Amino acid sequence: MNAITGRTTQPHDAAASVPEWPTSRLRVPKLPRPVIAAPVLVIALMLLCAIVPGWLAPFDPTDMDGDAVLQAPSAAHLLGTDNFGRDLFTLLIYGARESLLLGACAVVLGGVAGGLIGLVAGTGGRAVDMVLMRLMDIWMSVPDILLAIVIAASLGASTTNTILAVGVVTIPRYARVMRAQVIATRSRSFVEASRQVGSSPVSVVLRHILPHTLSPMLVMVTLGVANAILIGASLSFIGLGVVDDRPDWGFLLSQGRSYLGVAWWFATLPGLAITALVVSINMLGDALRNRLDPRLRGARQSGT
Amino acid sequence: MAYLLRRIAGAALVVFGATSMVFLILYWLPGDPATLVAGEGATAETIARIRAHLGTGRPLWDQYMSYLDNLAHGDLGTSFATGEPVLHRLWAQAMPTLDLTLLACVVAIVVGVVMGVVSAVHRGRWLDHAIQAALLLFTSMPSFWLGILLIMVFAVTLRWLPAIGNGSLAQLVLPVACLGLIAAGKLARMVRNSVIEVLDEPFVTTLRAKGLTERSVLFRHVLRNALIPVVTLLGILAGELLSGAVVTETLFARQGVGRILVEAVGVKDIPVVQGVILFAAVFYVLINLLVDLSYVVIDRRVRV
Repeated sequence: MNAITGRTTQPHDAAASVPEWPTSRLRVPKLPRPVIAAPVLVIALMLLCAIVPGWLAPFDPTDMDGDAVLQAPSAAHLLGTDNFGRDLFTLLIYGARESLLLGACAVVLGGVAGGLIGLVAGTGGRAVDMVLMRLMDIWMSVPDILLAIVIAASLGASTTNTILAVGVVTIPRYARVMRAQVIATRSRSFVEASRQVGSSPVSVVLRHILPHTLSPMLVMVTLGVANAILIGASLSFIGLGVVDDRPDWGFLLSQGRSYLGVAWWFATLPGLAITALVVSINMLGDALRNRLDPRLRGARQSGT
Repeated sequence: MAYLLRRIAGAALVVFGATSMVFLILYWLPGDPATLVAGEGATAETIARIRAHLGTGRPLWDQYMSYLDNLAHGDLGTSFATGEPVLHRLWAQAMPTLDLTLLACVVAIVVGVVMGVVSAVHRGRWLDHAIQAALLLFTSMPSFWLGILLIMVFAVTLRWLPAIGNGSLAQLVLPVACLGLIAAGKLARMVRNSVIEVLDEPFVTTLRAKGLTERSVLFRHVLRNALIPVVTLLGILAGELLSGAVVTETLFARQGVGRILVEAVGVKDIPVVQGVILFAAVFYVLINLLVDLSYVVIDRRVRV
């Protein structure tokens, strides 16, 4: 495995600013550096699209060219046009905002609410723990997209409501990770020591337990953005998304579905955009996990 | 035996909780079913009459109690939109969905286990990296995009398989592949970790030192231990597959439970939505119950 990391030492890349772990202890097949730089680059690009789409888009997203309907990719329209004659490249650039906004906001909602529930369950005593975790079991027994469909449809189509639906659906997974981490930390000796010297319960939680939950939660949250984007895209594909003149990727894809035989680019390219973003975020999450969790990996490898 | 009873009681509680939760979501959130059933341009009188007929004007508590009462008698209510008994409707649509999910489950297990094991055995070599890259792609793709690609290749270009509809076996191939491959990606990653963990155990070194062939070490000892935790994942898989089925059914225009959910949710046909959620929760909880129980049988250490 060292051969892999050794082979690809590049002087400067996006990951270089992160402090290095001694690689000899990391015996997981560590991702080569370009593999970390690539997703960071993709995410940065998409963020740029989301923040200032006007700078990058060659056309206006509302420009409909009646003479250029469903045109194949060409010099004029890099990625072709849709059924209204809108430039697909432009639409994809404008669609980035929807996906990223949804991913980020849904994760903040789910992560904060789930984290709080997990923290309370992990520290609040047996009865509280049991009630909360049973509630989470119930929540999880309805598959996530199904529950998201019910919530999104009941609330009505809007960006906020989609975020709410996706965020609410993902609460239990954060709660579970948080609770597990809190319980694991709670019984460690430094927490016990702090309690013995007379720290108040609240300060024990805030100063000693909470900081130890941050790295697994950070990994969860990163991977959660990817997952939230996928659920959101599914909702939009099913027809529960927002329909306006700046369609998101899932909606574009569902429109393109009707033209599979005549316009391959229309359905495939929005899907490619979603996949590229989600792959990048997942890679970042995996890299983060490997970096933040070297002890766990080391222990596993030594086979104790 | 006590363990068995406790688990079954717990499962029943979760199903009950899930239906109650969805009931509350549906009735609390805005949107009046009577207005939707009446259609656009209906007079206030018509709406009032429909509301009285559906019983949606009564207090929430009253509606909830009568819902539970009916449920206890095996009556899931009648559809607001078509007046058809919900149980009848679900029964007719359950088979296509079960065909799809169970076949996809088989595909997921076969592909997932094979890829995970091959990847683990070749750990750190190019084959492992290639498989891992493929798995990352599968877990990051929206399932509907994979479905679109499959349709483009096998239905539109090669014309080997029908793209949409249901009835024949050929029409099942693409949806099953779509749903199964996505789930296989998640499964394979966990299989890989599990196998690697066991491969690093000291007993494997002992077996090798004893002179057993690599093949016999792998098949007779490692897999047997590594696949036990993987059984747990089948429970998670059940949820994934049901979620995926909703999207897959929409994409491939198939009959099924997911399809009626999407239709019912649009017109706030609450009894049908309730029925589908109940179906999903029962399916999910049942699979997880089986998984838990099989664990007791497979792994004798888990005698509680």
